Amino acid sequence: MIYMERVAIIGVGQTKYEHGKQGNFAELVFEATSKALQDAGITRDDIDNVVTVSSDFWDGRTISSMAVSDASGAFDRDITTVEGDGTFGALYGMMRILSGSFGVTIVASHHKGSESNMNIITNTAFDPLVERKLGLDAVSSAAMQARRYMSKYGLSEEQFALVSVKNHGNAMRNPLAFLPMEITVEDVMNSRKVADPLKVLDCSPVTDGACTLILAAERQAKKLTRPAKCVWMKGVGHCSDAYRLGDRDLADTRALKDAAKRAYAMAGIDDPRRQIDVAEVYDAFSYMEPLWLEGLGICDDGKGCEYTERGYFEFGGKLPVNVSGGRLSSNPVQVAGLAGMAECVLQLRGEAEERQLDGAKVALVHGINGMCGQSHCVWILGK
Amino acid sequence: MPDWKDEVEEIIHQGKISVPYTWTVGSTLSRFYCELRDSGKIWGNRCPSCNKVFVPPKVKCIYCYKDLNDWVMLPGTGTLETYTVVRYEEPMLHPRKAPFVFGAVKMDGADTAMVHLIGDVDPEEVKVGMRVEAVLEEEREGNILDIKHFRPIG
Amino acid sequence: MGKRVGIIGVGQTHHAAKRLDASGVELIAEAVTRALDDAELTIKDIDAVVIGNMDHFENINYVDMWAIDGLGAFMKPVFKVTTGGTTGTTVGACGYYQAASGLFDVVLAVGWEKNSESDTQAAIATCASPILERDAFAGAIGPLATEYSMYMKAFGATEEDSAIVAARDRNNALNNPYAHSRQAVTVEDVMNSPMLSYPIKFLDMCPRSDGSCAVIFASEEKAKKLCPKPAWVHTSVVRHDYTHFGDLEWTFMPTLERASARAYKLAGITDPLNEFDVAELYLPASTCGVKWMDSLWFCDHGGAPELIRKGTFNMDGQLPINPSGGVISTNPIGATALIRIAEGAWQIMGKSGARQIENVRKALCTGFGGCSWSDVMILGADLP
Repeated sequence: MIYMERVAIIGVGQTKYEHGKQGNFAELVFEATSKALQDAGITRDDIDNVVTVSSDFWDGRTISSMAVSDASGAFDRDITTVEGDGTFGALYGMMRILSGSFGVTIVASHHKGSESNMNIITNTAFDPLVERKLGLDAVSSAAMQARRYMSKYGLSEEQFALVSVKNHGNAMRNPLAFLPMEITVEDVMNSRKVADPLKVLDCSPVTDGACTLILAAERQAKKLTRPAKCVWMKGVGHCSDAYRLGDRDLADTRALKDAAKRAYAMAGIDDPRRQIDVAEVYDAFSYMEPLWLEGLGICDDGKGCEYTERGYFEFGGKLPVNVSGGRLSSNPVQVAGLAGMAECVLQLRGEAEERQLDGAKVALVHGINGMCGQSHCVWILGK
Repeated sequence: MPDWKDEVEEIIHQGKISVPYTWTVGSTLSRFYCELRDSGKIWGNRCPSCNKVFVPPKVKCIYCYKDLNDWVMLPGTGTLETYTVVRYEEPMLHPRKAPFVFGAVKMDGADTAMVHLIGDVDPEEVKVGMRVEAVLEEEREGNILDIKHFRPIG
Repeated sequence: MGKRVGIIGVGQTHHAAKRLDASGVELIAEAVTRALDDAELTIKDIDAVVIGNMDHFENINYVDMWAIDGLGAFMKPVFKVTTGGTTGTTVGACGYYQAASGLFDVVLAVGWEKNSESDTQAAIATCASPILERDAFAGAIGPLATEYSMYMKAFGATEEDSAIVAARDRNNALNNPYAHSRQAVTVEDVMNSPMLSYPIKFLDMCPRSDGSCAVIFASEEKAKKLCPKPAWVHTSVVRHDYTHFGDLEWTFMPTLERASARAYKLAGITDPLNEFDVAELYLPASTCGVKWMDSLWFCDHGGAPELIRKGTFNMDGQLPINPSGGVISTNPIGATALIRIAEGAWQIMGKSGARQIENVRKALCTGFGGCSWSDVMILGADLP
């Protein structure tokens, strides 16, 4: 697979992630976008198209893109909107540049979970003709996936709890994170039961926030900004599993494996565990981190928890995962994967401050879409 | 930050969008629900190419993209692949009060599982691998809740 | 630079007020199956999929995930794009950019809507800012009626001018077996139809439909291999410049002017009225078919009524507009703009049956929606 031309992320901007943010959608997007433009050292005149990432459901309105088109810098520019995780928005933003039609893309995502009821909104992801009437939502369905994963490989809730401890602990180094916390496995095990085997501390929090990335074709990146700012989009892949939960073995990560394979092939990665220096993986729930790490080929199937127990993915471990605090610490849904990309950009640039890992050169970012991680998007970024 | 921003009262407006819906069930699921409602039977359909049987029935085979015209009556029994005991209350969504059980039942005679409620059993006694059977409501309307829940066999 | 891209297959459902026989997934499966048949491909030939609709019309979250069975997208790359009424052209543009990027060679782009499943106006009203505009001004008809009133006042256009457009599009639909509303009407019928919101009358306005449309885009090499006569994409331009209705300039259509000017420049078009052989335009009301002619640079501001009265845009005119019957004959919102691209493509491919215009070398397709947003796509029989 040969690129026509390389594409770089040249700017990132994020709001603080928290519950009950005061700004409206446009204000959040304006903040993140302004920061990104400033970070890249460019102005709105330098960009030629915009991809917004939003959800009509969470925003409580149709045409959710309309609320943020001004704020995302879209006036007199080509604009489009992806509904789903920000990683898919970044993918489309990159494809628009590779098409040759554009040189610099703003990818702006926002989410205000605090303005709505997460259970009811995720219930609408289920088929109105079948499963929706049962009252399923993101949490009860994830709980079934967690149980399937446990029974398939003989895993325990305590092993999942380690992920929550790690990620909330990592968030202590991230001033943008919503829930930095020093907790223990016992704290997680004693937290209120939600839907077995998930307890409150196994679940990500309802969060508000916005994140904007600026992508540039190599020729533009060279003109507009310094090499130090450029992080290259080396590989990407996306793939969706079946829709009905009953069509899937919920612990089988086949769609993720397919997406990862494409991304690795593009980036020239054949030994992900050794070649990746840092990863942001979509941990909407504690059990998801080890499950997705298996799908990403970082460990063999069923071994994700074993590696977690060994400390492999700790901040000081061999392959630090979710040093930002992950989704468990901040989960502004559509923004979450893009926030993972922002974190990795900072890591690869050497700008991650207290969270900085030595010599990070290759990063992996993972985003999901749909219930129980039906669809996946995998990114490899490099310096 | 300009002074006026420090002093302004931050107003919140409440709103609810009010858009009622009437979903067309379509030919495939209408047949499924009519059989469920009128005969109390659970039907799936089979792909002529790969022979996989789907329940609830599908519009096209997800593997082959072929039309599915072969209907297969299923016994309504199956094996519990996974489940969860729901312990939170969400009255607008949940058909039962917590704690109650959702499960995925791998249906005998089919290659897929059906997700539904698991009942007539203490939630703490539910186990992966349990054999279960569909229990139908006496009065049925032609939707998934015509199945009351799945209960342990024997 | 990226790859050049052609449309190699198109499929649509027979659009109707209510397709009670088909669920949303079944509707999508119909369109996709027809597109594959049109292109003589199987689902295995599809490398990536994009889908769009307007969420609140069917109340389904993560529509791309829900539609997997109908799309044939199991274990394929898929995502969703949506931008209100312009969704169809946004979907089309996405199919184009994905194939042009070099990452995917054959891309399936699907738009659909089951407007019968909800109260269309109630859902559309939610696009207006809840803080500033929703209570006062929302809905689709209000803004369109307002802009034509101002155009009539400024330039002497009449209700009869828009009635000519309505009759033209509706009569054209008689040649289109896929159209939702197919009725022979006279200008008088239109003038006598009930007033909805002055000056827009019932027969001036689009219906809401159930329907789906699927378009297959392929990168140049693949397109040449797979299709004898692809409809090549010359350019795609989008201008969604407004968030609040109150910010609009009403005597002309600013986004359409900007979008079409840029598109013509990129595609090397200097005399649109003469260089295009056919136009499939997103005209949600016949009044737009008068006023927006100016904004497509067919004439100076205020010059549209004269062109309309001369029959310039009839099937036998200088530039036939909407041989398909247009939006006022068929409107499954998430598909509507994609249908313009589909119909434009078929015109170039010579597959338009009774509505075929002779020797179509260049087609103009537009999308509209949201807060007076405009999309333009230009297709051609020759490579760009």
